[in-house]
Amino acid sequence: MKPVDPTRRQFLAAAGGAVSILTLAPGVLLLAPAHGRAPDQPVTGKVRWGLLIDTTKCAAGCADCVAACNRENGLSGGTRPTDPQWIRKVELKDRRPGRQASLPMMCQHCAQPPCVDVCPTGASFKRADGIVLVDKHICIGCRYCMMACPYKARSLVHEPVTGQSPDVPRGKGTVESCTFCVQRVDRGETPACVEACAAARHGAMVFGDLNDPASEIARRLAAYPSTRVRADLALDPGVRYQGI
Amino acid sequence: MAGRAVFAGLIFATALGAGWALAQERTAAAGRVPKPALAQAKGDKCVDPTDFMRRNHMQVLLHHRDRTMHEGIRTPQHSLKGCVECHAGPQSGTVVGGSDDFCQSCHAYAAVSIDCFECHAARPRQARAGARKP
Ligand code: SF4
Repeated sequence: MKPVDPTRRQFLAAAGGAVSILTLAPGVLLLAPAHGRAPDQPVTGKVRWGLLIDTTKCAAGCADCVAACNRENGLSGGTRPTDPQWIRKVELKDRRPGRQASLPMMCQHCAQPPCVDVCPTGASFKRADGIVLVDKHICIGCRYCMMACPYKARSLVHEPVTGQSPDVPRGKGTVESCTFCVQRVDRGETPACVEACAAARHGAMVFGDLNDPASEIARRLAAYPSTRVRADLALDPGVRYQGI
Repeated sequence: MAGRAVFAGLIFATALGAGWALAQERTAAAGRVPKPALAQAKGDKCVDPTDFMRRNHMQVLLHHRDRTMHEGIRTPQHSLKGCVECHAGPQSGTVVGGSDDFCQSCHAYAAVSIDCFECHAARPRQARAGARKP
Protein backbone atom coordinates (compact mmCIF):
# COMPACT_ATOMS: atom_id res chain seq x y z
CA MET A 1 0.00 0.00 0.00
CA LYS A 2 1.24 3.47 -0.84
CA PRO A 3 2.47 5.24 2.28
CA VAL A 4 0.38 8.26 3.11
CA ASP A 5 2.19 11.56 3.14
CA PRO A 6 2.15 12.58 6.83
CA THR A 7 1.26 16.18 6.09
CA ARG A 8 -1.76 14.98 4.16
CA ARG A 9 -2.70 12.70 7.04
CA GLN A 10 -2.55 15.59 9.46
CA PHE A 11 -4.67 17.62 7.15
CA LEU A 12 -7.24 14.85 6.94
CA ALA A 13 -7.23 14.44 10.72
CA ALA A 14 -7.78 18.14 11.15
CA ALA A 15 -10.55 18.15 8.59
CA GLY A 16 -12.18 15.12 10.21
CA GLY A 17 -12.68 16.92 13.49
CA ALA A 18 -13.51 20.22 11.97
CA VAL A 19 -16.72 22.12 11.97
CA SER A 20 -17.69 23.39 8.58
CA ILE A 21 -19.26 26.78 8.39
CA LEU A 22 -21.80 27.27 5.66
CA THR A 23 -22.84 30.74 4.71
CA LEU A 24 -26.57 30.67 4.02
CA ALA A 25 -27.03 34.35 3.44
CA PRO A 26 -24.82 37.30 4.22
CA GLY A 27 -24.47 37.43 7.98
CA VAL A 28 -26.22 34.07 8.52
CA LEU A 29 -23.91 31.19 9.36
CA LEU A 30 -24.85 27.59 9.84
CA LEU A 31 -22.44 25.65 12.00
CA ALA A 32 -22.56 22.03 10.91
CA PRO A 33 -20.34 19.36 12.47
CA ALA A 34 -18.58 16.97 10.12
CA HIS A 35 -21.40 14.39 10.30
CA GLY A 36 -23.65 16.96 8.63
CA ARG A 37 -26.40 16.90 11.26
CA ALA A 38 -27.66 19.96 13.08
CA PRO A 39 -27.36 19.57 16.87
CA ASP A 40 -31.13 19.52 17.33
CA GLN A 41 -31.76 16.91 14.64
CA PRO A 42 -31.99 13.19 15.49
CA VAL A 43 -29.50 10.71 14.06
CA THR A 44 -30.68 8.93 10.95
CA GLY A 45 -29.92 5.71 9.13
CA LYS A 46 -28.31 7.65 6.30
CA VAL A 47 -25.03 7.32 8.16
CA ARG A 48 -23.58 4.04 9.38
CA TRP A 49 -20.50 4.51 11.49
CA GLY A 50 -17.74 1.97 11.03
CA LEU A 51 -14.16 1.38 12.05
CA LEU A 52 -11.43 -0.21 10.00
CA ILE A 53 -8.39 -1.61 11.80
CA ASP A 54 -5.27 -2.33 9.79
CA THR A 55 -3.54 -4.99 11.89
CA THR A 56 -0.35 -4.72 9.83
CA LYS A 57 0.16 -1.28 11.37
CA CYS A 58 -0.93 -2.25 14.88
CA ALA A 59 2.16 -3.00 16.96
CA ALA A 60 2.27 -5.80 19.52
CA GLY A 61 2.57 -4.26 22.95
CA CYS A 62 1.14 -0.90 21.91
CA ALA A 63 -1.95 0.00 23.89
CA ASP A 64 -2.32 3.68 23.02
CA CYS A 65 -5.91 3.14 21.94
CA VAL A 66 -6.80 1.38 25.18
CA ALA A 67 -5.23 4.16 27.26
CA ALA A 68 -7.09 6.84 25.29
CA CYS A 69 -10.37 4.95 25.71
CA ASN A 70 -9.85 4.64 29.46
CA ARG A 71 -9.05 8.33 29.74
CA GLU A 72 -11.99 9.53 27.65
CA ASN A 73 -14.54 7.26 29.26
CA GLY A 74 -13.24 7.33 32.82
CA LEU A 75 -12.37 3.63 33.09
CA SER A 76 -9.90 2.56 35.76
CA GLY A 77 -7.70 0.68 33.31
CA GLY A 78 -7.73 -2.36 35.58
CA THR A 79 -7.76 -5.80 33.97
CA ARG A 80 -9.22 -7.96 36.72
CA PRO A 81 -12.20 -10.05 35.62
CA THR A 82 -14.49 -7.54 37.34
CA ASP A 83 -12.93 -4.40 35.84
CA PRO A 84 -14.83 -2.93 32.91
CA GLN A 85 -12.78 -3.01 29.73
CA TRP A 86 -14.09 -1.43 26.55
CA ILE A 87 -11.08 -2.30 24.37
CA ARG A 88 -8.76 -5.25 24.79
CA LYS A 89 -5.55 -5.81 22.88
CA VAL A 90 -5.52 -9.32 21.42
CA GLU A 91 -2.38 -11.05 20.15
CA LEU A 92 -2.89 -13.66 17.42
CA LYS A 93 -0.37 -16.27 16.38
CA ASP A 94 -0.55 -18.60 13.46
CA ARG A 95 1.60 -21.41 14.91
CA ARG A 96 2.94 -23.08 11.78
CA PRO A 97 4.37 -20.14 9.89
CA GLY A 98 4.72 -18.24 13.17
CA ARG A 99 2.99 -15.14 11.86
CA GLN A 100 1.82 -12.85 14.61
CA ALA A 101 -0.72 -10.09 14.62
CA SER A 102 -1.95 -7.73 17.27
CA LEU A 103 -5.30 -6.00 17.25
CA PRO A 104 -7.71 -4.05 19.42
CA MET A 105 -11.02 -5.81 20.06
CA MET A 106 -14.08 -3.94 21.16
CA CYS A 107 -17.82 -3.81 20.56
CA GLN A 108 -18.18 -4.56 16.85
CA HIS A 109 -21.34 -2.46 16.49
CA CYS A 110 -23.19 -5.18 14.61
CA ALA A 111 -26.01 -4.40 12.23
CA GLN A 112 -27.77 -7.45 13.74
CA PRO A 113 -26.65 -7.19 17.35
CA PRO A 114 -27.40 -10.29 19.47
CA CYS A 115 -27.16 -8.18 22.63
CA VAL A 116 -30.17 -6.22 21.44
CA ASP A 117 -32.09 -9.41 20.58
CA VAL A 118 -31.71 -10.89 24.05
CA CYS A 119 -32.10 -7.81 26.24
CA PRO A 120 -35.30 -8.27 28.26
CA THR A 121 -35.79 -4.58 29.00
CA GLY A 122 -34.93 -2.83 25.75
CA ALA A 123 -31.89 -1.21 27.35
CA SER A 124 -29.50 -2.62 24.77
CA PHE A 125 -30.28 -0.87 21.52
CA LYS A 126 -28.86 0.16 18.19
CA ARG A 127 -28.95 3.84 17.35
CA ALA A 128 -30.16 4.73 13.86
CA ASP A 129 -26.59 5.45 12.77
CA GLY A 130 -25.46 1.94 13.72
CA ILE A 131 -23.90 2.62 17.12
CA VAL A 132 -24.86 -0.08 19.63
CA LEU A 133 -25.42 1.30 23.13
CA VAL A 134 -26.83 0.45 26.54
CA ASP A 135 -29.44 2.81 27.92
CA LYS A 136 -28.31 2.53 31.51
CA HIS A 137 -31.49 4.16 32.77
CA ILE A 138 -33.28 0.97 31.73
CA CYS A 139 -30.58 -1.68 32.20
CA ILE A 140 -31.23 -4.02 35.13
CA GLY A 141 -27.77 -5.58 35.03
CA CYS A 142 -29.00 -9.06 34.15
CA ARG A 143 -26.00 -9.61 31.85
CA TYR A 144 -27.87 -11.59 29.18
CA CYS A 145 -26.22 -9.35 26.62
CA MET A 146 -22.78 -10.26 27.94
CA MET A 147 -23.65 -13.92 27.39
CA ALA A 148 -24.97 -13.26 23.91
CA CYS A 149 -22.06 -11.20 22.63
CA PRO A 150 -19.65 -13.39 20.65
CA TYR A 151 -16.91 -10.76 20.98
CA LYS A 152 -16.91 -10.59 24.78
CA ALA A 153 -17.25 -6.87 24.37
CA ARG A 154 -19.46 -5.98 27.31
CA SER A 155 -18.62 -5.50 30.98
CA LEU A 156 -20.75 -5.15 34.06
CA VAL A 157 -19.80 -2.38 36.44
CA HIS A 158 -19.28 -4.27 39.70
CA GLU A 159 -18.19 -1.48 41.96
CA PRO A 160 -19.42 2.04 42.73
CA VAL A 161 -18.00 4.62 40.33
CA THR A 162 -16.94 8.13 41.27
CA GLY A 163 -15.44 11.00 39.31
CA GLN A 164 -17.26 10.23 36.06
CA SER A 165 -16.80 12.44 33.03
CA PRO A 166 -19.85 14.69 32.53
CA ASP A 167 -20.17 13.22 29.05
CA VAL A 168 -19.90 9.58 30.09
CA PRO A 169 -22.23 8.63 32.94
CA ARG A 170 -21.30 5.25 34.42
CA GLY A 171 -22.65 3.43 37.42
CA LYS A 172 -22.64 0.23 39.38
CA GLY A 173 -25.01 -2.52 38.32
CA THR A 174 -25.28 -1.62 34.66
CA VAL A 175 -23.61 -3.12 31.62
CA GLU A 176 -21.43 -1.05 29.31
CA SER A 177 -19.20 -1.36 26.29
CA CYS A 178 -17.51 0.68 23.59
CA THR A 179 -19.82 3.45 22.39
CA PHE A 180 -17.60 4.58 19.49
CA CYS A 181 -17.23 7.58 21.85
CA VAL A 182 -20.72 8.63 20.86
CA GLN A 183 -20.32 11.95 22.72
CA ARG A 184 -17.38 12.79 20.45
CA VAL A 185 -19.03 11.48 17.29
CA ASP A 186 -22.03 13.72 17.98
CA ARG A 187 -19.63 16.66 18.14
CA GLY A 188 -18.19 15.69 14.78
CA GLU A 189 -15.00 14.14 16.18
CA THR A 190 -13.58 10.64 15.85
CA PRO A 191 -13.47 8.15 18.75
CA ALA A 192 -10.66 8.69 21.28
CA CYS A 193 -8.87 5.47 20.25
CA VAL A 194 -8.76 6.52 16.62
CA GLU A 195 -7.45 9.94 17.51
CA ALA A 196 -4.75 8.48 19.78
CA CYS A 197 -3.67 5.95 17.15
CA ALA A 198 -3.33 8.73 14.57
CA ALA A 199 -1.59 11.07 17.01
CA ALA A 200 1.00 8.40 17.77
CA ARG A 201 1.57 8.03 14.01
CA HIS A 202 0.45 4.40 13.89
CA GLY A 203 -2.46 5.15 11.60
CA ALA A 204 -3.93 1.70 12.16
CA MET A 205 -7.51 2.90 12.61
CA VAL A 206 -9.89 4.62 10.23
CA PHE A 207 -13.28 5.77 11.44
CA GLY A 208 -16.02 6.93 9.14
CA ASP A 209 -19.34 6.48 7.42
CA LEU A 210 -19.67 3.07 5.76
CA ASN A 211 -22.65 4.34 3.76
CA ASP A 212 -20.74 7.18 2.13
CA PRO A 213 -18.80 5.79 -0.84
CA ALA A 214 -16.52 8.84 -0.76
CA SER A 215 -15.41 8.34 2.87
CA GLU A 216 -11.91 7.03 3.46
CA ILE A 217 -13.17 3.92 5.20
CA ALA A 218 -15.55 3.02 2.38
CA ARG A 219 -12.85 3.59 -0.24
CA ARG A 220 -10.38 1.43 1.64
CA LEU A 221 -12.91 -1.34 2.13
CA ALA A 222 -13.71 -1.21 -1.58
CA ALA A 223 -10.06 -1.33 -2.59
CA TYR A 224 -8.50 -3.86 -0.20
CA PRO A 225 -9.62 -7.14 1.34
CA SER A 226 -10.93 -6.97 4.89
CA THR A 227 -12.30 -9.38 7.47
CA ARG A 228 -15.37 -9.40 9.66
CA VAL A 229 -14.54 -11.31 12.83
CA ARG A 230 -16.84 -14.35 13.14
CA ALA A 231 -18.33 -13.58 9.75
CA ASP A 232 -20.05 -16.99 10.00
CA LEU A 233 -22.50 -15.48 12.48
CA ALA A 234 -23.69 -12.99 9.83
CA LEU A 235 -24.00 -10.14 12.34
CA ASP A 236 -22.55 -7.62 9.89
CA PRO A 237 -20.22 -5.88 12.32
CA GLY A 238 -19.32 -2.23 11.79
CA VAL A 239 -15.72 -2.92 12.82
CA ARG A 240 -13.58 -4.50 10.11
CA TYR A 241 -10.01 -5.76 10.19
CA GLN A 242 -7.28 -5.94 7.58
CA GLY A 243 -4.30 -8.27 7.66
CA ILE A 244 -5.75 -11.14 9.65
CA MET B 1 -81.12 34.58 43.06
CA ALA B 2 -80.29 36.96 45.91
CA GLY B 3 -79.68 33.97 48.19
CA ARG B 4 -77.20 32.57 45.74
CA ALA B 5 -75.34 35.90 45.52
CA VAL B 6 -75.12 36.09 49.27
CA PHE B 7 -73.89 32.51 49.37
CA ALA B 8 -71.21 33.26 46.79
CA GLY B 9 -70.22 36.35 48.69
CA LEU B 10 -69.94 34.33 51.85
CA ILE B 11 -67.68 31.79 50.17
CA PHE B 12 -65.55 34.58 48.78
CA ALA B 13 -65.22 36.20 52.16
CA THR B 14 -64.37 32.90 53.78
CA ALA B 15 -61.73 32.18 51.17
CA LEU B 16 -60.30 35.65 51.64
CA GLY B 17 -60.24 35.19 55.37
CA ALA B 18 -58.57 31.80 55.07
CA GLY B 19 -55.99 33.22 52.71
CA TRP B 20 -55.26 36.04 55.09
CA ALA B 21 -54.97 33.68 58.02
CA LEU B 22 -52.59 31.47 56.00
CA ALA B 23 -50.46 34.46 55.09
CA GLN B 24 -50.33 35.49 58.75
CA GLU B 25 -49.34 32.00 59.76
CA ARG B 26 -46.58 31.91 57.13
CA THR B 27 -45.03 35.12 58.34
CA ALA B 28 -45.27 33.95 61.89
CA ALA B 29 -43.67 30.59 61.14
CA ALA B 30 -41.04 31.85 58.70
CA GLY B 31 -38.36 31.59 61.32
CA ARG B 32 -39.23 28.06 62.40
CA VAL B 33 -39.78 26.21 59.14
CA PRO B 34 -36.51 25.10 57.63
CA LYS B 35 -36.22 26.19 54.02
CA PRO B 36 -33.85 24.69 51.47
CA ALA B 37 -30.79 26.90 51.21
CA LEU B 38 -30.14 27.30 47.54
CA ALA B 39 -26.79 28.54 46.35
CA GLN B 40 -26.92 31.23 43.69
CA ALA B 41 -26.69 29.78 40.17
CA LYS B 42 -24.08 30.99 37.73
CA GLY B 43 -26.28 32.23 34.88
CA ASP B 44 -28.72 35.16 35.12
CA LYS B 45 -31.78 33.02 34.55
CA CYS B 46 -32.87 29.42 34.19
CA VAL B 47 -33.75 27.87 30.81
CA ASP B 48 -37.40 27.98 31.95
CA PRO B 49 -39.33 29.98 34.57
CA THR B 50 -38.46 28.90 38.11
CA ASP B 51 -42.05 27.97 38.99
CA PHE B 52 -42.25 25.67 36.01
CA MET B 53 -38.87 24.10 36.70
CA ARG B 54 -39.68 23.51 40.36
CA ARG B 55 -42.61 21.32 39.48
CA ASN B 56 -41.53 19.87 36.16
CA HIS B 57 -37.76 19.54 36.04
CA MET B 58 -38.00 15.76 36.34
CA GLN B 59 -40.24 15.40 33.30
CA VAL B 60 -38.14 17.84 31.35
CA LEU B 61 -34.97 15.93 32.18
CA LEU B 62 -36.57 12.59 31.41
CA HIS B 63 -37.67 13.78 28.00
CA HIS B 64 -34.29 15.23 27.17
CA ARG B 65 -32.43 12.17 28.39
CA ASP B 66 -34.31 9.94 25.95
CA ARG B 67 -33.68 12.35 23.11
CA THR B 68 -29.97 12.42 23.94
CA MET B 69 -29.56 8.71 24.52
CA HIS B 70 -31.53 7.45 21.54
CA GLU B 71 -31.38 10.28 19.03
CA GLY B 72 -28.04 11.87 19.78
CA ILE B 73 -29.54 15.31 20.42
CA ARG B 74 -27.19 17.08 22.79
CA THR B 75 -28.59 20.59 22.84
CA PRO B 76 -27.81 22.48 26.06
CA GLN B 77 -31.47 23.35 26.79
CA HIS B 78 -32.74 20.88 29.45
CA SER B 79 -29.54 18.85 29.54
CA LEU B 80 -28.53 17.60 32.97
CA LYS B 81 -24.97 18.59 32.16
CA GLY B 82 -26.22 22.15 31.62
CA CYS B 83 -28.06 22.15 34.98
CA VAL B 84 -24.92 20.99 36.77
CA GLU B 85 -22.73 23.55 35.05
CA CYS B 86 -24.94 26.40 36.20
CA HIS B 87 -26.02 25.18 39.62
CA ALA B 88 -22.83 23.68 41.03
CA GLY B 89 -22.15 25.41 44.32
CA PRO B 90 -19.64 28.26 44.11
CA GLN B 91 -17.65 26.81 47.00
CA SER B 92 -18.32 23.09 46.82
CA GLY B 93 -18.31 22.94 42.99
CA THR B 94 -21.03 20.29 43.05
CA VAL B 95 -24.83 19.98 43.11
CA VAL B 96 -24.97 17.18 45.68
CA GLY B 97 -22.90 16.27 48.68
CA GLY B 98 -23.45 19.16 51.08
CA SER B 99 -26.69 20.45 52.58
CA ASP B 100 -26.27 23.75 50.67
CA ASP B 101 -25.79 22.13 47.31
CA PHE B 102 -28.52 22.92 44.84
CA CYS B 103 -30.08 19.54 44.09
CA GLN B 104 -29.44 18.03 47.48
CA SER B 105 -30.82 20.87 49.62
CA CYS B 106 -34.20 20.79 47.89
CA HIS B 107 -34.39 17.02 47.63
CA ALA B 108 -33.56 16.67 51.31
CA TYR B 109 -36.24 19.24 52.10
CA ALA B 110 -38.83 17.41 50.01
CA ALA B 111 -37.61 13.98 51.19
CA VAL B 112 -37.19 12.71 47.64
CA SER B 113 -34.19 10.52 46.95
CA ILE B 114 -32.05 11.55 44.02
CA ASP B 115 -30.39 8.88 41.93
CA CYS B 116 -29.05 10.84 38.96
CA PHE B 117 -25.62 11.33 40.46
CA GLU B 118 -24.95 7.67 41.14
CA CYS B 119 -23.92 7.65 37.49
CA HIS B 120 -23.87 11.26 36.28
CA ALA B 121 -21.12 13.66 37.21
CA ALA B 122 -22.29 16.11 39.86
CA ARG B 123 -19.50 18.55 39.02
CA PRO B 124 -18.90 20.48 35.82
CA ARG B 125 -15.86 19.37 33.88
CA GLN B 126 -13.66 22.37 34.73
CA ALA B 127 -14.12 21.88 38.44
CA ARG B 128 -13.03 18.26 38.47
CA ALA B 129 -9.72 17.81 40.21
CA GLY B 130 -7.01 16.85 37.74
CA ALA B 131 -9.41 16.96 34.81
CA ARG B 132 -7.99 17.50 31.38
CA LYS B 133 -9.30 20.41 29.35
CA PRO B 134 -11.98 19.16 26.97
S1 SF4 C 1 -27.55 -6.35 31.28
FE1 SF4 C 1 -28.80 -4.53 30.77
S2 SF4 C 1 -28.42 -4.20 28.55
FE2 SF4 C 1 -27.70 -6.27 29.03
S3 SF4 C 1 -29.45 -7.62 28.55
FE3 SF4 C 1 -29.62 -7.12 30.77
S4 SF4 C 1 -30.93 -5.28 30.85
FE4 SF4 C 1 -30.25 -5.51 28.71
